[in-house]
Amino acid sequence: MSARVNAVTSTPALRARRRLGDRFGDVFLHGLTGAAAAAAGALLVAIAWKIFDIAHPAISKYGFAFVTRQGWDAIHSRFGALDLIWGTLLTSFLALLIATPVSIAIGLYLSELAPRGARTVIASLVELLAAIPSVVLGLWGILVLGPFVGQDLGPWLHRHLGFIPLFDGTPQNAGILVAVLVLTIMIVPITSSICRELFLGVPTELEEGALALGATRWEMVRGVILPYTRTGVGAAVILGFGRAVGEAIAVTQVIGAGYGIHWSLFATGDTLASKLAEQYQSAATKIQTASLVYLAAILLVISLLVNLLAQVIVRRFSHQRTGGS
Amino acid sequence: MAVDAARFSLTPSPRTRRRKLINVLMQALATLAALAAVAVLALVIGSVAQRGASALSWDFFTKTAVTFGQSGGGVANALVGSLVIVALATAMAVPVGILIALYVSEFAPPRIADLSRLVLDVLNGLPSIIIGIFVFGLLVIGSGQAAWKGSFALAIIMLPLIARATQEVLALVPSSLREGALALGASRWRTVLGVVLPTSLGGILTGTVLAIARAAGETAPLLFTTSIAANAVTWDPRQPVLSIPYDIFILSESADPADHARAWALGFVLISFVLVTSLTARLLLVRYRKKLEG
Amino acid sequence: MDTMGAVAPIEIAQAREAPLSASDREAVFETRGLTVSYGKAPAVSNVDLPIYRNLVTAIIGPSGCGKSTFLRSLNRMNDLIPSAKVDGEVLYHGQNIYGDGVDPVEVRRRIGMVFQKPNPFPKSIYDNVAWGLRVLGMKDDLDGRVERALTQAALWDEVKNRLKKGAFGLSGGQQQRLCLARAIAVEPDVVLLDEPASALDPIATTKIEDLMHELKNEYTLVIVTHNMQQAARVADMTAFFTLERTESGGHGVLVEYDETPKIFTQPDDKRTEGYVTGRFG
Repeated sequence: MSARVNAVTSTPALRARRRLGDRFGDVFLHGLTGAAAAAAGALLVAIAWKIFDIAHPAISKYGFAFVTRQGWDAIHSRFGALDLIWGTLLTSFLALLIATPVSIAIGLYLSELAPRGARTVIASLVELLAAIPSVVLGLWGILVLGPFVGQDLGPWLHRHLGFIPLFDGTPQNAGILVAVLVLTIMIVPITSSICRELFLGVPTELEEGALALGATRWEMVRGVILPYTRTGVGAAVILGFGRAVGEAIAVTQVIGAGYGIHWSLFATGDTLASKLAEQYQSAATKIQTASLVYLAAILLVISLLVNLLAQVIVRRFSHQRTGGS
Repeated sequence: MAVDAARFSLTPSPRTRRRKLINVLMQALATLAALAAVAVLALVIGSVAQRGASALSWDFFTKTAVTFGQSGGGVANALVGSLVIVALATAMAVPVGILIALYVSEFAPPRIADLSRLVLDVLNGLPSIIIGIFVFGLLVIGSGQAAWKGSFALAIIMLPLIARATQEVLALVPSSLREGALALGASRWRTVLGVVLPTSLGGILTGTVLAIARAAGETAPLLFTTSIAANAVTWDPRQPVLSIPYDIFILSESADPADHARAWALGFVLISFVLVTSLTARLLLVRYRKKLEG
Repeated sequence: MDTMGAVAPIEIAQAREAPLSASDREAVFETRGLTVSYGKAPAVSNVDLPIYRNLVTAIIGPSGCGKSTFLRSLNRMNDLIPSAKVDGEVLYHGQNIYGDGVDPVEVRRRIGMVFQKPNPFPKSIYDNVAWGLRVLGMKDDLDGRVERALTQAALWDEVKNRLKKGAFGLSGGQQQRLCLARAIAVEPDVVLLDEPASALDPIATTKIEDLMHELKNEYTLVIVTHNMQQAARVADMTAFFTLERTESGGHGVLVEYDETPKIFTQPDDKRTEGYVTGRFG
């Protein structure tokens, strides 16, 4: 970068100054932006560190047994995470169970079936569902969905499927089932838009190859599109699971703050995240606060694992395009 | 010839008919799923609009909440509070987000760029309540709540969104533009700040708007950082202020139907803001992309 | 891209095995006034072309004259393009494949296709061939059918010990033969080949061409090729298309259709002569 034909910089003094200014500017910008990027990494570490730090009194008192103990007794300072872990896993897995096929179906609809003109419109509408703030969805859950579940859907399920432990018990306006439905509504837009992009990315020649053999569209989807995208779909599902696990506000609004481990969907309960939101003002003793944040630490670990897993899959998927064993 | 006719027949055989039936069934299911999603969207927005719009009034926007039992009053303090919190959060997140994106896009060696992107993606996936607790532990313990502390929490949530959107836009800037500037003798930093960044402004703007839409609706981070607020309109970020999402949260859990009505109205305001900003941002992004590529 | 240069009479003579008279043969396909348009603009118009059983028919012509469009209309693959419109008739053993009550799925089962770029499924070699069989319900003696198809495609010996390995591990030429095996496994009546060797090296190309001599005993083959020498080597009948320019653009038309030796040595139409002698194209 030495030969610069420029009348302004023709004098040696100016040329030297300009280059110094530029070099300083380059180094400064490089350093500043690098510091910002490093700060992001430091932030992540700081978050993990701080959470475990606040939780430390509870961790040292209860140890790992906290994870396997039931009950949340503030009066006697006996706290355990098992009820909450159960609530988290039950609600998130059930929501995933419903949301995954629905999301795949929507992704297929938007990539294969919808009339061209309607495609972007409907895709935008589905994505709009993700933009609804969770507290508003929770509000709707309390005042609209809850009564529907308590008075219509719940009794119907109990009447017809009451022999299954899931539908045993008395339907209420709040509880696990309402929480599952709300979480499903949150997961579907995320997972379906990822699926849609994955399905659109399947090479046309592969699709044509299947159709040219005399396969129906569905057979082509089942034989080519779904196998081709299965890793990406898996990552999308995991991301949806992570979203469900971490949702605090909407879940706490509709889940009813119950205790214990129940199989019935009509029971009230709590998840790790919803417990945190529920008790934010009422932590009286230091050990109670620490125990709450111990819950947050467990949630953090689950969330980090789930997230990292999804990210690793996504990154490996983009380098991988093999067939067979 | 009869054998041939059967062999070459183009009308569906029984087996093909069954396969076609399955095909139609699957198509119907997929269509149903999409319609269900749109229906739920309509249901939720419809409920909010129907129940919320009726409670809106001039008082609603300008007065603060009244004590329990009386009628009237409004949510002015929540509106102002949200404005303060989100504006501050944006001011915190945007510069840092742009800087990170610049690093990843212009300066970082490939492996560090990948690592940075991973860090941002993981940050993005953290539950917002965890971030709230983090800020609580970092800033609130010992010194109390404040609006700016809530902003800090929101800024952490906005950061990956802005960084990612900016990064995507920077990647769209044609390398010929960069090379042209460098060939003229401009230094790296002048190229980035004087050519690349201005070209990307439109995309950065829309990314920021989307992040604002997201932050405006977040409740969990504010629970621990700015929830215990006085019932007056406060513009001072050093005080804890009420926010729209937190107000909705409290009102929704109350037993009083009047509170519910106010919650719907606030929800209507919030949804309107979020939806309008999201849609506008997306439209702007599409137009901006066309301008860059066309 | 060697469309230049006249084709030597000797090459043509070597391609012929026995004297044939097309008029004796049954027409597997007969297109009547076939016009395919994308939106308003016709891509190929008013084609009347019979395709005869157990012969190799080549479609040649300059690029853009609608050869592939014509080919794809024979198995209703143009249906996949939303703006495509088909006028006229394509009679397959007397039935119009675009008529009412005709199912494209059945059409494509009888009329297979091999594409320009090899497109094996992301599955094992075995499953690539077996997938179509399973879907169409030809599951009896699956192993035997797979082996037969791979043998007919001259691929069996090369892959018999790695059937469970991924298809992407094969070379381009092998992948294309796999696609051919997969197409003939489902026992079609006709196989359409859209420039099957244009993405392959010369050795792989020769293998494909040799295969076509074998395959035509069992199937009817229609091949689109931009390589005149190839047409001369493999085809019994040759159809020459060209681009007819109009104010609104251009569209493809059938100029001449006859036995290959005639097309290349004594074409009736001046445009055919110009193309095969390399004066344009």
